[in-house]
Amino acid sequence: MTFDIFVLPFFIGLLFLLTVLFVKFSRWIALIDRSGRRKIGYGLFSMQIFPATAEVFMECLLHRRMWKQNKLLGFMHMSFALGWFLLILMGNIESRVYSGGHINPPYYPIFLKFFVHDKRVLPFELNTMPGFFRFSMDFILLFVLTGIVLALFKRIRSRWFGMKRTTRQSSFDRWAITCLWLIFPMRLLAESLTASHHGGGGFLTNSMGDVLASILPDNFLTSTAYISWWGYSCVLGIFFITLPWSRYMHIPTEVVMIYLKHFGVKSGKTINSFSEIEMRACPRCGVCIDVCQMNTAQKTFSTPVYFLRSLRKKVPVPIVDNNCLLCGRCQQVCPVQIDLLDLRVASRNLDNKQIDKIYSYLPADVPDSKGINVLYFAGCMGHLTPSVKKAMLKIMQAANVKYRFMDADGSICCGRPLMMAGMNNAAHSVMEKNRQIIHASGARILVTSCPICYKMFNEEYKLFGVEVLHHTQYLLRLAEAGSLWLNQSGLSVVYHDPCELGRGSAVYKEPRKLLKRVARLVPVAEEKENALCCGGSLGDFSMDHYQREQIRDAALEVLTRPNPDLLITSCPLCKKTFHNGTDINVKDIAELVAEQMDLPEPVEIDAEELAY
Amino acid sequence: MSKHVAVVGAGIAGIEAASILNAMGHSITLIEKNEILGGHINHWHQLFPNRRQGRDLLEKLYEKMDDSIQVQYGKEITSIKPFSGKFIVTAADGWVTNADAVLMATGFDLFDAHKKEEYGYGIYDHVITSADLEEIFIQGEGLNPRLGKDPQRIGFIHCVGSRDEKAGNIYCSKVCCITAVKQAIEIKELYPSVEVYCFYMDLRMFGRHYEELYQEAQEKHNIQFIRGRLSEASENKQGGVVVKVEDTLLGKPLKLTLDLLVLMSGMVAPVAVTNMRDKLGLAKVDDGFLKPVDPHTQANLSELPGFFMAGTATGPKTITDTLTDARSAALEIDRFLKEII
Repeated sequence: MTFDIFVLPFFIGLLFLLTVLFVKFSRWIALIDRSGRRKIGYGLFSMQIFPATAEVFMECLLHRRMWKQNKLLGFMHMSFALGWFLLILMGNIESRVYSGGHINPPYYPIFLKFFVHDKRVLPFELNTMPGFFRFSMDFILLFVLTGIVLALFKRIRSRWFGMKRTTRQSSFDRWAITCLWLIFPMRLLAESLTASHHGGGGFLTNSMGDVLASILPDNFLTSTAYISWWGYSCVLGIFFITLPWSRYMHIPTEVVMIYLKHFGVKSGKTINSFSEIEMRACPRCGVCIDVCQMNTAQKTFSTPVYFLRSLRKKVPVPIVDNNCLLCGRCQQVCPVQIDLLDLRVASRNLDNKQIDKIYSYLPADVPDSKGINVLYFAGCMGHLTPSVKKAMLKIMQAANVKYRFMDADGSICCGRPLMMAGMNNAAHSVMEKNRQIIHASGARILVTSCPICYKMFNEEYKLFGVEVLHHTQYLLRLAEAGSLWLNQSGLSVVYHDPCELGRGSAVYKEPRKLLKRVARLVPVAEEKENALCCGGSLGDFSMDHYQREQIRDAALEVLTRPNPDLLITSCPLCKKTFHNGTDINVKDIAELVAEQMDLPEPVEIDAEELAY
Repeated sequence: MSKHVAVVGAGIAGIEAASILNAMGHSITLIEKNEILGGHINHWHQLFPNRRQGRDLLEKLYEKMDDSIQVQYGKEITSIKPFSGKFIVTAADGWVTNADAVLMATGFDLFDAHKKEEYGYGIYDHVITSADLEEIFIQGEGLNPRLGKDPQRIGFIHCVGSRDEKAGNIYCSKVCCITAVKQAIEIKELYPSVEVYCFYMDLRMFGRHYEELYQEAQEKHNIQFIRGRLSEASENKQGGVVVKVEDTLLGKPLKLTLDLLVLMSGMVAPVAVTNMRDKLGLAKVDDGFLKPVDPHTQANLSELPGFFMAGTATGPKTITDTLTDARSAALEIDRFLKEII
């Protein structure tokens, strides 16, 4: 007997799911641009397939990043994913033992215990093939069931799983999650009831079958067994049918996304086909909600998980798109590593009417300034914090650097604020002008005081033959080359990592090394990758002053906890934001270096040597 | 038996209210955190609109003060607690008094111009505030000691820390426009050949004779009024301040080198008073000032019976308005004290 009508809900659901997935994925992949498709073509036959498969195993089954987040959360996800995967894998092998190696219809391994009642083996007889499988299958089922118990428990005590807030479910999600939670208890029930009168269960199903047999009448057992097989098949079927529109769509999508990423397919400045895959790879786990500082300003509705939800609906909601500091804390913790910042900016590009010809007034001539090595760019924010540029100029003069102050007068924006605002074309028109100025200068190093400009020049400009440095990097280089004599002030300082320099550009080491030369650096609770945004970010377009103050004050609370003499940062915007919110003196790293500089005997250094 | 009123703050509002309440027969303690009476007016050379001396106004107010008013100097009030129909008023040094009513005549603090770093206060030598300029006038030595020469060009920046969401203050401080006009004229009288520019958003000449003073500034003294906000200031090698402003009437960007830049600092609520307000659970306004029960008919009353306020404690006011407000508070307190007998 290899068929019974109760398998139909499962079978239809599975066919439906496979068809929908096939249609959806082939459409997305077909819509990927030509260069992306070529990358996929090469990638499939390259060595990239191995690390990609390894990542799929580590992330989709073991949930390594979830484990890092919280052990309980990691175990819960692993028990679901790895457990179910093993049930399918082992079930298939087991079914072949009974079918003599034939390929079986897909429902056969799933409902094997209905079709096959092997009474020959005892529950703990591990040395025979059927006994081994029977034990393993029950063990894996128990493993999955612990995951379900944890998931239920997470509803009541999410904090035990390291989460203060969890994601609000959509209606499809509720259907899917109810079915998902019922699948394995239904399987347990069906297998146990069958074992109670046919025998042939493992240690779990057999014992449970015995318990049920001792408390329930015989005829009742037989009828409910058949009903529970129906129930098991139905919840599987409904789960498969709801899956493509529920959060569980992330299961197949994440696998595809990981392979595509390894092949080099990227999301761009606009929402493209890869973005469609990325936004569906979001499991709505909600790990991003707690780390998002929009909560501090009572704007949970725009945290990444809800932003992606609004993005999937394809109707732009500017208030959601714009309420984001672009600080990158979410991307740091996202277990699926979705490019959340790129998606946010890309969706802003959709919200905006693109303009590109409004910078025609920019001067056409390019100042000629041969004979210099370093170009210094203070940036708009540097100009709004004159103490920073004043300190930089003082230091460069003391170190005898042959420099030119690129934006001393009539500066042009680096373009990053426009890019963050989703005004891509406009950004490119200012970038073009700056690129001409930089190349015409003959300088080999471009030093910026503002991390926003630094990230922009470094990543978007593609300046050939010009090294872009943030002033923390450059000042450290000057100090290490012996061009600056610095005193150890002995002051206790905390260092605030600006988002654009830290998470945005991974510059953590240099500012700390530099600071240790002039002060006593005290660690703070949330630093480096976990640093908080100051609240002044140019990334947000919707917050009012008071909401920004709330974010600033929450960040200051963490930073000033060690009660330092000075709060040091390396971004003029962070400095300006913090400055108005605390009694503790806030300084840019360049200001402290300028103060601790020994001026009397600046050594003549070879600027050529400095350049490389 | 006479009732006891604690007047917190001996600026012009506190002095005026104390004098009147005392004359009405109440027992008054006037509490001042500094060692002298008079508050901000001590540091003001001349007052708008009639250019009288600040000292002269204070003398007038002191004349009305009776010796029976008990004045406590150097007492910074840290807590005011209602206790069985009275108030326990405590100072930082441990001094305590009981009062049947409290009048908050706590005034304002000047906006700290360091907070607008882009204007260069504390960074460039030739950037000062309106309060610094009054001190210079009081010293009577002119600008030469500071600049090392006769000034040729001076700029005034209106609305520094007022009507500025980025500074956290969206309200108008009311007195700065007319003060800038007055100070510009004073400068012109000191140095007739100097060019004076006032950079403003709106000119709010709402008071009696303000408009006349503004006209005089333009017609008699040739002071230039340019509508536009300062975007940034920088320093040139000679120590001059280079300012960039957009002239929004001409629609053109302007770049000027000035010998002195004067920032018209606005009024902000003293942090200690805001904290006290919050501790007492009184109504809040986002800007930190005290909030009267009714802005028209109960402008000196709080929700807490016996707890009154007057002067700039409830928001920016001119001297005239402050004194009127103080007298009205005195009347309200008198009525309250008679009712509780």
